[in-house]
This record gives sequence, structure tokens and C-alpha cells, in this order.
Amino acid sequence: MKRFLVLMLAAFMCFALAACSSDSTESSASASEEASAEATEDAAAEATEEASAEATTDDAAAEATEEASAGENADTNAGVNTTGETITVGIINNPPSESGYREANVKDFEEMFSAENGYDAKTFYSLKNDEQLSAAQQFITDGVDYLLISAAETTGWDSVLESAKENGIGVFLFDRMIDTDEDNYEAAVVSDMPAEGDTAVTWLLEQPLDEYNVVHIQGVMGSDAQLGRTAALDNAAAEGKVNIVVQQTASWDEAEAKKIVEAAINSGDSFNVIYAENDGMARGAVAALDEAGITHGTNGDVIIMGFDTNKWALQELLNGNWNYDGQCSPFQAAAIAEMIMDLENGGTIASKKVVSEEKGLDAATITAEDVDTYGIGS
Amino acid sequence: MAKELEKRSRSGSLGQLLVPIIALALIAVFNLFRDPSFFSVGMTNDSQGNPVLTGNLISILNGASELAIISMGMTLVTASSKGQDISVGAIAAIAGSVFVKFLSGGDITGLSVTLGIILCCLVAMLCGAFNGALVAYFNIQPMIATLILYTTGRSIAYWINGGATPTVSSPIITAIGGFIPGCPIPTPVFVVIVFGVLFWLIFRFTNLRLYTQAVGINQDAARLNGINPQTVKMLTFIVLGLCSAVAGVIAVSRLSLINHETILLEIEMDAILAVAIGGNSLAGGKFTVVGSVLGAYAIQALTTTLYAMRVPSTAVKAYKAVVIILIVIIGSPVVKDAVNRMMAKRRQKTAAAKGE
Repeated sequence: MKRFLVLMLAAFMCFALAACSSDSTESSASASEEASAEATEDAAAEATEEASAEATTDDAAAEATEEASAGENADTNAGVNTTGETITVGIINNPPSESGYREANVKDFEEMFSAENGYDAKTFYSLKNDEQLSAAQQFITDGVDYLLISAAETTGWDSVLESAKENGIGVFLFDRMIDTDEDNYEAAVVSDMPAEGDTAVTWLLEQPLDEYNVVHIQGVMGSDAQLGRTAALDNAAAEGKVNIVVQQTASWDEAEAKKIVEAAINSGDSFNVIYAENDGMARGAVAALDEAGITHGTNGDVIIMGFDTNKWALQELLNGNWNYDGQCSPFQAAAIAEMIMDLENGGTIASKKVVSEEKGLDAATITAEDVDTYGIGS
Repeated sequence: MAKELEKRSRSGSLGQLLVPIIALALIAVFNLFRDPSFFSVGMTNDSQGNPVLTGNLISILNGASELAIISMGMTLVTASSKGQDISVGAIAAIAGSVFVKFLSGGDITGLSVTLGIILCCLVAMLCGAFNGALVAYFNIQPMIATLILYTTGRSIAYWINGGATPTVSSPIITAIGGFIPGCPIPTPVFVVIVFGVLFWLIFRFTNLRLYTQAVGINQDAARLNGINPQTVKMLTFIVLGLCSAVAGVIAVSRLSLINHETILLEIEMDAILAVAIGGNSLAGGKFTVVGSVLGAYAIQALTTTLYAMRVPSTAVKAYKAVVIILIVIIGSPVVKDAVNRMMAKRRQKTAAAKGE
């Protein structure tokens, strides 16, 4: 019995270890798979492939850039390494299992800084700042050309960034800022959470309603996304433009959001807008409305607003069940690659802080194509 | 009758239940003064036109289902192993992922849902067995043993999902997590009842209760009396695994979505709290499953009350903490002893008065 148990335990541990370690390999495999799938899909991507294929022969590099700019969507080709030499980049990020956002973010970087595009990417994913720091130090010792960092915490990076600077390694920050001197990095590509909130609130105020009675469901208190997205609505409420009926945190938890809306319905509150700070919580809120027989969406009584543009959420928009979904772009790789190319070609970087372009999607105008373009996850 | 009650309260069987009952009563009385309409239950039609019950009481009964089921299992584990399983949320996430993965392959029929539930229950029981083996055969502290799955479980769930937040939609799934068309009572409430009856039957017709308590009170004495403590501990962890799986399936079915990061978030802490509020000693031994279930409903009632009161979101945790401190102090041995002494004194006084 004991022996059997020990065997079983060992097997289970192996399974667990395999599960954890295969996280990265799994996602990179699927990333490359999808990359090839997408490539066959649209012509613009084909141009990228051609460009990169030709770029491998040194003399064709100029031709490739020409072709790249001739392509319909020049953006997809920007950032492809045209120097003819492989550029090594060290990418430090949070693990893809953190969230749907992170999954798309990691995939975006793995696709952009691929061998086909002329890069050699070393990656390290951790939620822990000290592990990220030692990995960064290791990348510096290994002599990478560029270091791309999405830090777990905003502090503690000064010495590592300075040692990168001493070794002539260009540092780019993405997704999250670091509390450090501006000279310690080339540029940061980040999302502007307050702007996301402003876009959403501006959209809301354009809707022809007599009154805006909002049930506001917040994320984890103090998180960047919560602060930015709450601020916009709070400002509108302070100006008397909207009336916040309920404001409560569900800590990004879908089930908790449902309970909050249930409590609002049971208290007899009248509301006509649900402003949820992510898609999951909007889904929870909608489940509560459905159970109470309250209509929602384009032809309903209650306007549903979410954030993060998950693919399934955009599908809800397309079906008219929701009204609005704000984008929080996880796609920062292309912007960084473009800047790297600028530096490699002797150029300079115009701005220290690059804000990702993010838009709000409206159920009235969304198309099936948008769902594929902006939707993250599967 | 009164004497009988008094005797029972002193012997512990009702005394244990006193704390969760006081907790629930406290919340109920508070709401009665605050806003009596808190208790109103109404009938409405959902978006499919089926009649359903609404009201805060229904919300509490429905919303606490997962917690109630998990705290039943947690009570057993606490009693037998003198420790708690902190991996229940992670196991529920794994079970939910397996459930969704199994169903996302093909058509969703009654049969495939049943098979999916059985499969994810088996996986979760395996996870429970893993925890149980570490605790029973390697004598590792339960909290340390379950820390392994607590930290890796949600990553495993992510790996099974093959991505974040897959969705699965079918009327059958909606019926499990919401309402069966035509039945106004939420389905999860029935699941809790079924679990309660199962536990009652098991305790009624097997020696599990006695054995669990014996192992929890004195492992060596139990062994000398022919009870295998290892088997009993294993069994309790496997039962908890099953409870977690069912809770996971309910949680997934509520929204037809699995988010490995947020599904049954921090339920392990709530379950331990429910066990404690239920009047169970966290150091093992005697236990009451009913108490833990009442504790679970008390926790949900508290949360719903805070939502209904529109407590500011920055302060909601502080409010919760204050109430929980109050409940835990009421249930603490010091207060219990003080109350018992007071009662004894009063009895002596009345006896003396009668004697005169």
C-alpha cells in the first residue's frame, strides 16, 4: 500500500512539475502555430514573411524594406530586423498564466521577437520582483543587446538599470512603469488607464439617456487599472453628469460582481448603466440581470460596459447583449521593435513615454472583423 | 424539555451550534432594524420567462452554496488532521478546468455533462488523495502539504485550459449554475441539500464520524483501538477533494466561464472561517458539520448585508473584519467559560433562594 502510494505521489509530482514547466513551451508552441496560421490568412502578413525571408540574404535587405513599406499595412512589417545581424533581446515579463491580458502580451512579444524576424529572444517570466531582478542581471552578463522589462514591482530596479547602461544595453519598459530616473531607459510603452476610463465615460455620455444611473463594479482596489478606470467615472459623477448608484469592488471576481448586482436589484435600486472595470465582472453582472429578467444591451434597459476586449466579450457586443468594451492593448512589441530598429539605424527616440493606442468598441458599430482584430484570448 | 436542552448545551452538541446561530441572529437582527425589506422574497420572471424567486435571502442561500459544500469537507479534514487544507480553491480551479475542457470538445448533452462531472470529481479526488497522502503517510503539517497545490494548482488549471477564460455555453450548464426551467429555486441550493443528506446518511450508517473524531483527539489511542489513522485522514482529504470539485462545477456553471485566477478566490480562508464560526475546534477532534454550514451562510449573509448597506469599497474588508472579530470572540473559550460561570452562579443563587 505504502509503495503504491509513493509511486502515485511521484507520478503526481512529475505531472505537476511538467504542468508548470511546460507553461512556457506550450504557449510558445501555440504562438508559433498561430503565427503561421495568421500568416496564411492575410496578405500583409505574407509580405512580412517574404521580407524576413529575403532579409536573411544580406544584399536583399534594402529590397525587403522597400517591399515592406509597399505592403498594404506597413505597420505589420515595422520592427523586423533589417540590419542583417541577429539582435539578442532579453525579455522579462510576468507569467502568461497571470491573466488573459498577460497571455496575449507574452504571445505578442514572442511573435515579434522571433527568429524569423531576425531576433534572438531570451525570456524570463515571474511574478516576483527579486527573481526578475536576478534574471535581468543574468541577461546583462550574457551580453544581450536590449533588455525589455515589464516589472512585477515598480521599485528596486535602479542598480540593475544602471549596470545595463554601463554595459551599453538599451532598456525598454513595457506595460508597467518603473520608479527610476528617465535616463536609465530608452523608452516606455504603456497603457494609459485614465485615458481608457475617459474614452469609456465620454462614450457613455454620448448615449441618449435621460439620466445616467450607474452601477460601478471595481477591480482590485489600488491596482493601476482600477485607479484609472474609476477616476474617469468619479470625475463625471463629481461634475454631476452621472449618478453612481452603487460603487463596490469585486476584486476582478466574476461571481462577486454577480452578487453585487443581485444586492443592488434586491434593494430596489433603479439603474440603467453597468460600468464594470473588466469583462469578467461585466459578465457576472449580466448573469444577475438575466436572472432578474432585466433586459440589457443594444435593445435593452441597461447599458453594459466592460474592459479588456476579450474575444468572447466582443462576441457579446456583436450579438447586441453588451454595449461597450474598452481596449487595454497588450500589443506593445511592435512599437518597441520599431524603436530598436530606429536606434540600430542610427536614429533617436522621440519620446520617453509611448502610450499604446487604445479604442473603445461600440456594439452599434462593431464588425466580425473587429472581434478577430482586437479580441484577445480564444 | 428545557432541562434536556440545558444538558445538551453543557455536553456540547448544542453548545457548539450556539456560536453560528448567534452570528446569524446578530446579522438578522441588525438587518431587521436597518431595513426590514432586506428579508423580502419576491417572484419574478427571468430573461427566458421562467418564474424565479428573488430577494436577499435567496441570494445568500444561493451564493453561499460553494462555500457551504467546501466547508462540509473542510470540517472533516480539520477534525481528523488537526489542520486545514488551503488548496481547495486551487483544486476547484483544476476541477473546473477539467470540466470545461471535457465539454469544449463536442456537443454538450446530458450524458457528456454527467461524464464531465464524474471526470472532474475523480481528478479532484486524486488531488485530495495527494494532499491526504502527504499528511497521513509523511506526517507533513496539513497547511504545508496543501501549500504545494495552493501555489501550483491555479497554474495547472491554466495549463489545462490552454489559455485564459475559456467559455462554455449550454442550457444544461446554465441550469446547473442557475435555475432549472420551471423551478423557482436556484439549483446550487439543491446541491447543498443533497450533500447535506449524503453526509447525514454517511454519519448515520457508518462509523466515519466516530473514527474521524477518534483520530483527531488521539491518533495513537485510535490506532491501538484498531482504527487506521492514515486511512481515515486519506478519506477525509478525498471527501474534501470531491466537495471542491462540485463547488468548482457550480462556480463554472454560474457564468459558463472558467477564470483560473478568480474562480472561488480565497475560498480556503472563508471555509476555514466557516469551520471556526461553526464552533469547531481548529485543533481537531469533535466536530459539527451543521455548524460549519451555518457558518458559511453567516459569512455570505454578512457580505450581502455590506453590499446592501452600500459600504464604500475601500472599507468593505475592514467592516467584515470587525464583525468577524466580534463573532470569533463570542465563540472563544474565554467568553464561553465566563458565560458558563455566570450561568452556574445564577443557578446557585436561584437554588439558594428556593432553599430559603
